[in-house]
Amino acid sequence: MSNADQGGTAALELEGLEKSFGPTRIIRGVDLTIVRGERHAVIGPNGAGKSTLFHLISGHYRPTSGRIRLDGRDITGLSPEQINRRGLARSFQITNIFPQLSVWENVRCATLWAMGYRYNFWRDIDGLDDVRLRTEEILGQINLIERWDMPAGMLAYAEQRALEIGLALASDADILLLDEPMAGMSHAESQHMVELIRKVSENRTLLMIEHDMGVVFNLADRISVLVYGEIIASDTPERIKANADVQRAYLGTEVA
Amino acid sequence: MSDTSDTVVRPAGFPSGAAPGPLRRYGPWIVLALLLLVLPRVFSSGLSISTMCVMGTMIIFALSYNMLLGQSGLLSFGHAVFFGLGGFLTAQMMNMMAGGEGPLPLMVYPLVGGLAGLVFGVIFGAVATRRAGTAFAMITLGIGELVTSSALILRGFFGGETGITVDRTEIHQVFGLSFGPQVQVYYLIAGWCLVSVIAMYAITRTPFGRICNAVRDNPQRVNFVGYNTTVVRFIAFSLAGLFAGIAGGLASINFEIMNSAQMGAAESGSVILMAYIGGVGNFAGPIIGAIVVTYLHLMLSDLSDVWELYFGLLFISMVMYAPNGIAGVIMMQRPLIRRGQLLRVAPYYVLALIPGLVALAGLSMIIEMTHQLSISASEGLGMTMMGIAFNADALLPWLTAVVLLGGGGWLGVRAARLAREAYGAAMVRGRVQ
Ligand SMILES: Nc1ncnc2c1ncn2[C@@H]1O[C@H](COP(=O)(O)OP(=O)(O)O)[C@@H](O)[C@H]1O
Ligand SMILES: [Mg+2]
Repeated sequence: MSNADQGGTAALELEGLEKSFGPTRIIRGVDLTIVRGERHAVIGPNGAGKSTLFHLISGHYRPTSGRIRLDGRDITGLSPEQINRRGLARSFQITNIFPQLSVWENVRCATLWAMGYRYNFWRDIDGLDDVRLRTEEILGQINLIERWDMPAGMLAYAEQRALEIGLALASDADILLLDEPMAGMSHAESQHMVELIRKVSENRTLLMIEHDMGVVFNLADRISVLVYGEIIASDTPERIKANADVQRAYLGTEVA
Repeated sequence: MSDTSDTVVRPAGFPSGAAPGPLRRYGPWIVLALLLLVLPRVFSSGLSISTMCVMGTMIIFALSYNMLLGQSGLLSFGHAVFFGLGGFLTAQMMNMMAGGEGPLPLMVYPLVGGLAGLVFGVIFGAVATRRAGTAFAMITLGIGELVTSSALILRGFFGGETGITVDRTEIHQVFGLSFGPQVQVYYLIAGWCLVSVIAMYAITRTPFGRICNAVRDNPQRVNFVGYNTTVVRFIAFSLAGLFAGIAGGLASINFEIMNSAQMGAAESGSVILMAYIGGVGNFAGPIIGAIVVTYLHLMLSDLSDVWELYFGLLFISMVMYAPNGIAGVIMMQRPLIRRGQLLRVAPYYVLALIPGLVALAGLSMIIEMTHQLSISASEGLGMTMMGIAFNADALLPWLTAVVLLGGGGWLGVRAARLAREAYGAAMVRGRVQ
């Protein structure tokens, strides 16, 4: 299923990536290549810089130095919307939705750019069948059809997390960045989420941050371990499990 | 991939893609058109017709403002600039074409205003919409000051303090319409009002319109679904300028005079008042606000010299107690109606309203007596309110005022609490049934 071991083309390349806030170096020279079609997990202790790394890739932060390439094209310093239009979508660790809009409007807004409607202010949006079907498809995937007309801010926490993923899925990007999609979910909910992520990442490249080791070892083709802004190992789940550095720096403390 | 959605039963009302029936789609507009058509027959006095002319103009202006505040979350303090520039350009064009020289009839002149509003919306929008939030608000305030002070310098174009006058009957006439009679102007304004309202409503239901709502809600997230929020704000600002310009064009046709004060901060404040009092969260809100504020303005300025003070009080109490405006208060009753509970709660509203009005009477006595004592003292201290004559420095009226305000206020607060409880209980009851 994955071409990770077959040496496929690079979907995402990070080269000497650095990010400092004032004098504090948060990301300290990250080199990483995500191969097209692979499911790649980033793990690491709290405060290691995982979310910051995602903010750099998605254009939310500008790197202090280093380069980022998407499908071989340099995207360093581009704005979030430019990066999104080149086929990279993301979710956020802290739920980031449109709280006053209905669930339906949330997802529909996220489909519009990719479906080519952009800033169109002359077509009746309810008359756009492709948008409607796509919105319904996403709502089906994230199990929110029943909640379609509820203001998103009134959803239960786990439902908001599902919507958060829905917004990332809606733009039909080739590369998905999911920041702790299962955080705070019950076991059953995260079980469903794992299946959903597995399914939607079938024809895509997935880069996700996750704390649950069960999920990570089950879902990922490769795992990178980020500690204090540096990647100390990047390998298959089996070899990461066996890696002594990782044991010491991370697994030993969290998964006893 | 779509198998999930096929197996799930769609809940009631779920978007099916079926086009709404012609009655649903065009019915409200046809009703509105008929209403606009018959209004001058129902309210046929000269005063009513000229009031409705102002209302029609203000409806367009307030709705255009709500494209910014309500739809896109942009608080502009300079929206009257586009109203004013639209008005001035229309007036100048009319003066150029006076004497029936130009081939265009008066009906199309508001387009000149719209075009002016659009062009200046593009120019000023290019600057202002680079920022959001407070910075945006401050820039629009600056633009307002800039334009009004420039208008006083460019006397040739803006006519200085007196402004410029026009004669709408001098324009090329068609269908025997001279636009001398005010009722003809009414129909001109009503027509443009209908077209503008429909257009602005339609825009809310387009991809752009929905993205405006998303930008209002969470601009940062909009970036991550592919949109440049600056561009969204810029388009909204330009379109709002277009419709404000149409309103300004209509105003200059209606009043036959444009004055640079009509572009100023007071006018920009007044449109905020209209949108807010009507309700910015609902498309119909600014329409209600424009009608109510225009009416109150006319009525209060007749009744009291300090009518602006009452507006201030109204505005503050709306912001504090009904932040969603009149439309919001009406929308709050919808769940009650659906639960069949409105009639059980309505008596409590009346119960709260009566002491509220008593308190208001007390307050306005204090305001008017103070005004009489300070500003109008040269005219003597005698005054009348509600047909009762008294002296502004007598003890009894002051005592009465304090008792009315205090007693009415105290009862009003208690009654309001009861009404809130009744509302809550009705919602619960409705759910149980
Ligand atoms: N905008 C910021 N300004 C200053 N420090 C920041 C900022 N964002 C993150 N940090 C710091 O960077 C470190 C890494 O944060 P983060 O990337 O959220 O970690 P992780 O996601 O791995 O838990 C933390 O110490 C955090 O305080
Ligand atoms: Mg994080």
